[in-house]
Amino acid sequence: MTPALIALRAIVLREALRFVRQRGRFISALVRPLIWLLVFAAGFRAALGLSISPPYQTYITYEVYIVPGLCGMILLFNGMQSSLSLVYDREMGSMRLLMTSPLPRWWLLTCRLIASTLISILQVYCFLAIAAVFGIQLPMLGYALVFPALIVAGMMLGALGLALSSLIKQLENFAGVMNFVIFPMFFLSSALYPLWKMAESSRVLHDICAVNPFTHAVELIRFALYAQFNLMAAVWTAVAGLVFLLLALWGYDPARGMIRRKV
Amino acid sequence: MNGLRVHNLSHHYGQKQALKDVCFSVEPGEFCALLGPNGAGKSTLFGLMSRLFTTDRGRIEIAGFDLGKNPRAALAQIGIVFQQQTLDLDLTVRRNLHYFAALHGIGGRDAARRTDAALDRLGMAERAQERARDLNGGHRRRAEIARALLHDPAVLLLDEPTVGLDAASRNGIVTHVHELAAESDLTVLWATHLTDEVWTRDRLVILDRGQVRAEGQVSDVTCGRPLKEVFLQMTGEEAT
Repeated sequence: MTPALIALRAIVLREALRFVRQRGRFISALVRPLIWLLVFAAGFRAALGLSISPPYQTYITYEVYIVPGLCGMILLFNGMQSSLSLVYDREMGSMRLLMTSPLPRWWLLTCRLIASTLISILQVYCFLAIAAVFGIQLPMLGYALVFPALIVAGMMLGALGLALSSLIKQLENFAGVMNFVIFPMFFLSSALYPLWKMAESSRVLHDICAVNPFTHAVELIRFALYAQFNLMAAVWTAVAGLVFLLLALWGYDPARGMIRRKV
Repeated sequence: MNGLRVHNLSHHYGQKQALKDVCFSVEPGEFCALLGPNGAGKSTLFGLMSRLFTTDRGRIEIAGFDLGKNPRAALAQIGIVFQQQTLDLDLTVRRNLHYFAALHGIGGRDAARRTDAALDRLGMAERAQERARDLNGGHRRRAEIARALLHDPAVLLLDEPTVGLDAASRNGIVTHVHELAAESDLTVLWATHLTDEVWTRDRLVILDRGQVRAEGQVSDVTCGRPLKEVFLQMTGEEAT
């Protein structure tokens, strides 16, 4: 095994061990979307009428509509959680250990990204399994085809978290990120309501939703769950992921980034 | 060329100058104490030497590798013990060392062999299976030093490694690292503000307000006077 792969395996294993130890984190990561699915969606089912639009071929209930958005929610919250743990790591010093490895820094940060994405995907599948128990079943092929979509979406949201973690000075500032990043990103997207529905109420809000990378991540997941490929969403998500990753690499660059101001 | 060389190193935080034209060198097998009061610039110097950040002014050579031009080769030759505790407390000592080995691209049997050797060297073999959380402060530091030696570095950097330790643990670690330098041709740079951690045969760099105030063998710097007195005089700070 090459040194780069040895490091990747160790970083993934460490992240997995940390996740197993933090059962509370796992439960809360599942409870959050389940509350939306079983309580919020049930309440809104009567209020929101959804017409047939791709990838759906028939009328669907609101619960069915928001499942992909809630998968995205898990990835979004986990991406931010992972960045929170990076800020914590930096304050506690273990980030220094990672940064002083002789392996390329971009690779080490990508390893962290892959590790946190894989953990997030595990949680998404747990959520989908529970949703299936409650009667929201998807095409069998969709469960398999959503995996690459979850990787692309998870990497994009994880890269956003990574970029933010390089810009946040202290752990305390993280609450602001939750308010100014997670909530606007989630609510100004197609996770809870289709874009055409949003356009009916406000053109400006619709346009904001349309450029939100989270919207495209959700649509990529939505189409994949029904064994379809949304090229536009895939390109948007991948490009946004690349931009966030470059921003993160800049942030953690020892010569140019923000890290030099904080040691 | 081996050892550690720092040439004309300067660094600013905005308008504030943290280091100014810092120059010194440490040969293989030498224990060099970097003595300075709080705020002298020791941590900035360690940040630059471990490439957590960089500066345009000056040069650092580690075991002959220029850290600016060839950072990966230089970093592969450094073992670092940070002032902050960097063990994963929920992992065993062995797992902590394995994780570090992997970050250096060392895996499998080689990692296991090196882990055993490093722990043995620091008298920590019996504690390999204990969780880091269950170790006392002195043993945690030993585990960190063992970890820093895992990849056979040429240069060992320790940033105030005895902070928070009791007198016995402190003495044990100071003695042990001195022996390591003498026995294994290791270049050691030990940052401290405590004069009693410096031995008379050591090399000494006194850093104050970002500048080197004195450099050389301890006996040459002190000229027979107590080190504490010399240090106080040079820095105007209260030493312990």
